[in-house]
Amino acid sequence: MSDAGPGIEPGIVIVGAGHAGGSAAAFLRQYGWTGPITIVGEEPLAPYQRPPLSKAWLKGEADAESLALRPPSFYEEEKIALRLSTRVEAVDRWNRQVVLAGGERLAYRKLILATGARARKLLLPGADLEGVLELRTAADAETLKKALGPGKRLAVIGGGYIGLEAAASARALGADAIVVERESRLLARVACTALSEFFLSYHRGKGVSFALSAQATHIAGRDGKVAAIHFQNGAPIACDAVLVGIGVIPRDDIARAAGLECHDGVMVDLAARTSDPAVYAIGDCTRRPLPIYGQVGRLESVPNALEQAKQAAADICGREAPQREVPWFWSDQYDIKMQIAGLPIGVEHTVIRGEPRFGRFAVFHLTEDGRVQCVEAVNSPAEFMGGRQLIASRKQVALDRLRDMSTPMKAVAGG
Amino acid sequence: MAKITYIEFDGTEHPVEVRNGLSVMEGAIKNNVPGIDADCGGACACATCHVYVDEAWREKVGGPSAMEESMLDFAEEVQPNSRLSCQIKVSDALDGLVVRMPESQH
Repeated sequence: MSDAGPGIEPGIVIVGAGHAGGSAAAFLRQYGWTGPITIVGEEPLAPYQRPPLSKAWLKGEADAESLALRPPSFYEEEKIALRLSTRVEAVDRWNRQVVLAGGERLAYRKLILATGARARKLLLPGADLEGVLELRTAADAETLKKALGPGKRLAVIGGGYIGLEAAASARALGADAIVVERESRLLARVACTALSEFFLSYHRGKGVSFALSAQATHIAGRDGKVAAIHFQNGAPIACDAVLVGIGVIPRDDIARAAGLECHDGVMVDLAARTSDPAVYAIGDCTRRPLPIYGQVGRLESVPNALEQAKQAAADICGREAPQREVPWFWSDQYDIKMQIAGLPIGVEHTVIRGEPRFGRFAVFHLTEDGRVQCVEAVNSPAEFMGGRQLIASRKQVALDRLRDMSTPMKAVAGG
Repeated sequence: MAKITYIEFDGTEHPVEVRNGLSVMEGAIKNNVPGIDADCGGACACATCHVYVDEAWREKVGGPSAMEESMLDFAEEVQPNSRLSCQIKVSDALDGLVVRMPESQH
């Protein structure tokens, strides 16, 4: 059965009830779409914010209500239908219907795919033991939280942002934490060496241990539960839980099966349109143009989810395209505010402004001819904001001037 | 509980009730008031929840922290009564608060 019975115009169906999907519904209403909107989500929860799961929420500083993207009344008032705990099996583009698990069909006029990403699985013997966890959903965070506490030891596999944030939260809850990383430095895929070193020493100061250049071979269990990680070289590490944070894979399965163009992510343009004019894709599941960098790429971030939600909603409502954004990211660990703008693509020069020793510095990455491509700012909001402006304006800056703390960042960015 | 009136750049008023403990930004988002983007969800990381605090309320609301001030410094159309609404906590004392939105958050 379709929800579009005789005489009822099919509306917009959003597949995925995450940050992207929930925001798209809100923007559609803000931009004046009055027709039906249905959000189909696999999880039992209405759209919520994922970033706090490894931070405030894990430490018990945020409740379910503050996690929610919007209150329950919002969906009633705005007439947005939520189909939760519901999986989409397929997209039937010929008939413009999505097929739900169980066979029910929902007709759409426009379809927005916001299926997100899944955690990359650890391919090691013992990875299926109880206590080997991932952190993607509120349910994952709940399980992880139960495994933490005084006297417990968390081993994190993967020295990326999720892993470091979880290690910081584990310490705040009184648990021991050790981070296991295959590369010789932390944040190897996402940040520069200066930042890797800063985070390593900061976390060590907070009592987190590290095993770098560590090649895990298997996870040993006791009574079906995780007990230790074993390595090619070196002693095993005993632990009560293992958090795997080794990246994510875009969930483009149903898009691919429906014949939409996908290359490790659903291919979209700057209006979030896929290769089918009736189908949009937004958020972590997409691969999108990166205008400043002349490339396409995936951006796993809330700002990207919001930007693409706006692009899709604006295009559907016939509104002018939203302003182009410089990609940006943030991370909170202990009292550190980490903000990154741009991407380190086509970089020839690196300039450090500020003092890493004092935990207040920014690393600027520039092209050969002195245009900022990326800034990584630690407790330096002015450098982040100024860097973001410089990335957007493509203005050339002298490296000395950028390095010189006696010139305010605002003057560097503007003058 | 506090009644907060959010006024869009075009003059559209949105009077809503906001629970104590939430931020002025959360009050807008949870009531689908347009004009406050809050891309970072309240981490004081993005400056997309910029508002102008009504003159009558400036003293009660107070001024920005150093961190917030650095962010605001780079926002568009900053005025002496500019604040990031994610950094203003709602309490009974703010019952009746009026904030205005800038033309754009970006």
